[in-house]
Amino acid sequence: MAKSTRQGYAGVAVAVPVTVPYVRYSTHGAHWFVGQVIAEMLRQSGIAKEQIDGLCVSSFSLAPDTAVGLTQHLGLCPRWLDHLPLGGASGVVAVRRAARAIQAGDAEVVACVAGDTNHVDSFRASLGSFSLFARDATYPYGSGGPNAMFAFITAHYMRTYGARREDFGRICVAQRENALATPYAMFRKALTQEDYMAARVIAEPIHLFDCVMPCAGAEGVLVMSEARARDLGLPYARLLAATERHNAYREDPIMLRGGWAMDRDELYGQAGVKPDAIDLVQFYDDYPVIVMMQYEDLGFCAKGEGPAFVQSHDLTRAGSLPTNTSGGQLSAGQAGAAGGYIGLTETVRQLSGQAAGRAVADAQLGLVSGFGMVTYDRCLCTGALILARAN
Amino acid sequence: MSLPMQRPRRKNPLLRTRAPTLPPWGRSRVALGLTAAAAVGRFELQQCADCGAVQYPPREACHVCLSARLQWKPQSGAGMLLSETTLHHSNDLFFRERLPWRLGLVRLDSGPTLMVHLPDCTPAAPAAVRVDARLDRAGQAVLLGLPLKEIEHMNDDRVLREMHCDPKFRKVLVTDGKTALGQALVKSLAAAGADLIWVGHAEPWKKLPGFADLSALPQVTLVPLDLSSAKSVAELAGEVAGKVDIVINNAEVHRTHGIATRRGVDAARAEMDINYFGLLRLAQEFGPALKGRGADGAASAVAWVNLLSIYALSNYPPHGTYSASKAAALSLAQCLRAEMRGAGIRVVNVFPGPIDDDWNQLLPPPKLAPAALAQAIVKALRDGVEDLYPGDVAQEWLARWRDNPKVLERELAAGEG
Amino acid sequence: MQPTEILAALAGALAQGRIRVLDLTHTLTPEFPQIALPPEFGQCLPFRLEEVSRYDERGPGWYWNNFSCGEHTGTHFDAPVHWISGRDLPNNAVDTIAVQNFIAPAVVIDCSREAAADADYLLTVDAVKAWEASHGRVPARSWVLMRTDWSKKSGDPEAYQNYDESGQHTPGPHAEVAKFLVEERDVLGFGSESIGTDAGQGYHQRPPYPCHYYMHGAGRYGLQCLTNLDLLPATGSMLICPPLKIEHGSGSPLRVLALVPGGS
Repeated sequence: MAKSTRQGYAGVAVAVPVTVPYVRYSTHGAHWFVGQVIAEMLRQSGIAKEQIDGLCVSSFSLAPDTAVGLTQHLGLCPRWLDHLPLGGASGVVAVRRAARAIQAGDAEVVACVAGDTNHVDSFRASLGSFSLFARDATYPYGSGGPNAMFAFITAHYMRTYGARREDFGRICVAQRENALATPYAMFRKALTQEDYMAARVIAEPIHLFDCVMPCAGAEGVLVMSEARARDLGLPYARLLAATERHNAYREDPIMLRGGWAMDRDELYGQAGVKPDAIDLVQFYDDYPVIVMMQYEDLGFCAKGEGPAFVQSHDLTRAGSLPTNTSGGQLSAGQAGAAGGYIGLTETVRQLSGQAAGRAVADAQLGLVSGFGMVTYDRCLCTGALILARAN
Repeated sequence: MSLPMQRPRRKNPLLRTRAPTLPPWGRSRVALGLTAAAAVGRFELQQCADCGAVQYPPREACHVCLSARLQWKPQSGAGMLLSETTLHHSNDLFFRERLPWRLGLVRLDSGPTLMVHLPDCTPAAPAAVRVDARLDRAGQAVLLGLPLKEIEHMNDDRVLREMHCDPKFRKVLVTDGKTALGQALVKSLAAAGADLIWVGHAEPWKKLPGFADLSALPQVTLVPLDLSSAKSVAELAGEVAGKVDIVINNAEVHRTHGIATRRGVDAARAEMDINYFGLLRLAQEFGPALKGRGADGAASAVAWVNLLSIYALSNYPPHGTYSASKAAALSLAQCLRAEMRGAGIRVVNVFPGPIDDDWNQLLPPPKLAPAALAQAIVKALRDGVEDLYPGDVAQEWLARWRDNPKVLERELAAGEG
Repeated sequence: MQPTEILAALAGALAQGRIRVLDLTHTLTPEFPQIALPPEFGQCLPFRLEEVSRYDERGPGWYWNNFSCGEHTGTHFDAPVHWISGRDLPNNAVDTIAVQNFIAPAVVIDCSREAAADADYLLTVDAVKAWEASHGRVPARSWVLMRTDWSKKSGDPEAYQNYDESGQHTPGPHAEVAKFLVEERDVLGFGSESIGTDAGQGYHQRPPYPCHYYMHGAGRYGLQCLTNLDLLPATGSMLICPPLKIEHGSGSPLRVLALVPGGS
């Protein structure tokens, strides 16, 4: 592949991965969860609050506030601020933004955080106002959320490439096994292929275990220079490559591929590696069909070979291509926008020796991809990072 | 193949009546263009006047060339059903009560990808389909993926029945059965499968030809009804309002006066007393029961039809006070539509041009035969439209009014009716 | 007797029932049949009642209605100004007629058998003279009431109006009788049980509507839609029938009462 012509990400460190434990429902607001993430980052790192001079926030339940409201709420005075309403692509894009700020000297320590609360009526209440197109062209049809759209996509993918429910089941079962060692995962019980196949139907062909469980929680990382991370004595991962793309392949009448494919060569070109060099992947897993597409669109197999790939690989932590090693959203839960960070914090832990009890052996390179904002008939945002172990 | 609907069983009177719920009602302003077209039975999408691209979902700028010149144009609806699903779960109360529910994703031949409702009679994906826009129970446009060819009994389809107001198996009140139109309505409703037709008549000692024959129809019950009398309306409502599924308010007083052509307000008052206040009395007395039964089984309360006039849009000076009374009735009918919305009752406004009757004797053709108008009204109920402009005169005046209402006002004042 | 004694005696007789008060008035309801003219003409409104409040949010402690009707709705009085032949007479409207005229004796001519046999029955001069042979001359300045028992049909609007394609068919006075009662008997006015003082086919007499023409042309009055005439003696009752005092009014609905001997 061609070497990238863009400026690289040399010298950028991603450190201090923090997860605020997921709970099904909370009476707290999103502000509480974001506050907890930042507080825990300060505790773990020993950094003083005043030293955080950059802030990037993603949340679905922060309204009527945005990132700037949090500066006053939490007593911060950053010189770099971003609010990223990009859902499952938030983590990937946040790191991309923060990295350039660090490299340009616009900020020295950027807190990238995502957090959401969940009340009993949160999910339903947010649906009608998710996007203009959702309000006008999908919400009126009764699906109440993205299930119907992804059912279309799943059924179409199955018909086009001969995928079977058993193939998707393999992903879900492997991720559940990974989740069993994750302290904050919502699902604590092992899942068998039989359980998966027998689960009740939600929207044909999507059944219960194809769906994430919305919950409350938060995730975050600090982005800084490698030099600064070393000065502070913080374990970190190095940023090698990052891409993002929005509204890719809009001529495709129905989603069969995601935008990662458009910038795949750029991604691996920046990192100077091929897909087979990647030791673990954290794919965005709102539905297993999307996980399957990421194997294809991020270069691990050809288009349409996803079913064969997952059947011929062990996706658990000890396997041939560890996937969603914390269990992913399908087993840990989807804490709103924090679902766009769960793969990021997991990768940083795995690559900086902070995944005690569930480490992937000899992990040197990790790929995190993001996918978010189904405003109408597909997610608009795609992105990916390649991180490397430091030293 | 679609099975014909069976007559619904009698309701168990001890069970609570299910309250009406609605599909999600909110739409952006630009998306309401779809509803405006579906209200008159058309499927329209925005088309860019500069590059021709068809847009969906509705938007403010062309997704190809960014032009703001987006015009709503009728669509053939030809497309391919790419994928489908059957919902077995929904957070939305309306759909939750109607599971399982079939949805599809269609690629129109003209370009856009659409989410659609799928009636049971539409073949499984992948399949060629025809997309149409209909008003759902919330009165907003939704898209449907229909079979290419009309199927027998298609209107009985469970999904389609949530969109239209078919009188089949329903009980209907026609407020004036004496006029030629009223009699034609009764006959058309009986032919359309209405179970029971209450036929209202005022001033029983005034006999009009043909009225007595209506009693021969087994569905017909003659009932005294004088819309100028609050007592008359209240008494009939007390007896039957709880059973009426469709109200067809065709009672009217029509005189042929302007302002200077007749002294005194009594003739105009008689027009207002029936055409406007009659609607108000009827709506106050029959409205609550209709609203309570908006989801009462397969033959639920479903529609309220008002016989207005194309003169309601722009005054026809030779029938000036009549026009004004119809304009008042139109405004009130819009109010009624807003008040009925929450119960899923569709207010259908009919705007005929001159009907071929005594009061239009001096107007030259084309005039609307009562039987043709009655058929058009029943078809509007079966199709689920809410604004009906039947006949050539109505269609032309509507086009002129939409083009430039001030120009039409001048044309009518010059006597170019 | 002195006038004061007459009044005192009347009060006593009323209190003891030796003089009874009869109500000759139909109740004003929306269902009561209303005269209808050809559609091109202005119409007299039927009676309508609209509730204003009934111990409810529109008025918590009270009940009242607004009503509307024509001057010629229900049991009603016709003043001379109502007809073109009386338009220029002095004191010809309900507000200017001398009030003495609202309390007057009445005679009742029973045509119930004839009206039952023929809905278009016309009371003739000969029939009046035949009645006079039994009951004496029709007194001057008295009401002549034509009893037909038509009021008993008032619960059936179709029968009460009695229309067919040729128009309305209700009994009334012949043109000659109307002229005779005015010119030869100097009556105060004519009263009927049907919807007009003239017969239903009165338009076809000469002059058209002769009772209206002659009575009002001579400054006399009309009473229509009376009831209970079958309870009145042929002679000797006193009618009390003051119309509403409407400015320039041509008539009004009213309460028609008759004072009659008790036990009769």
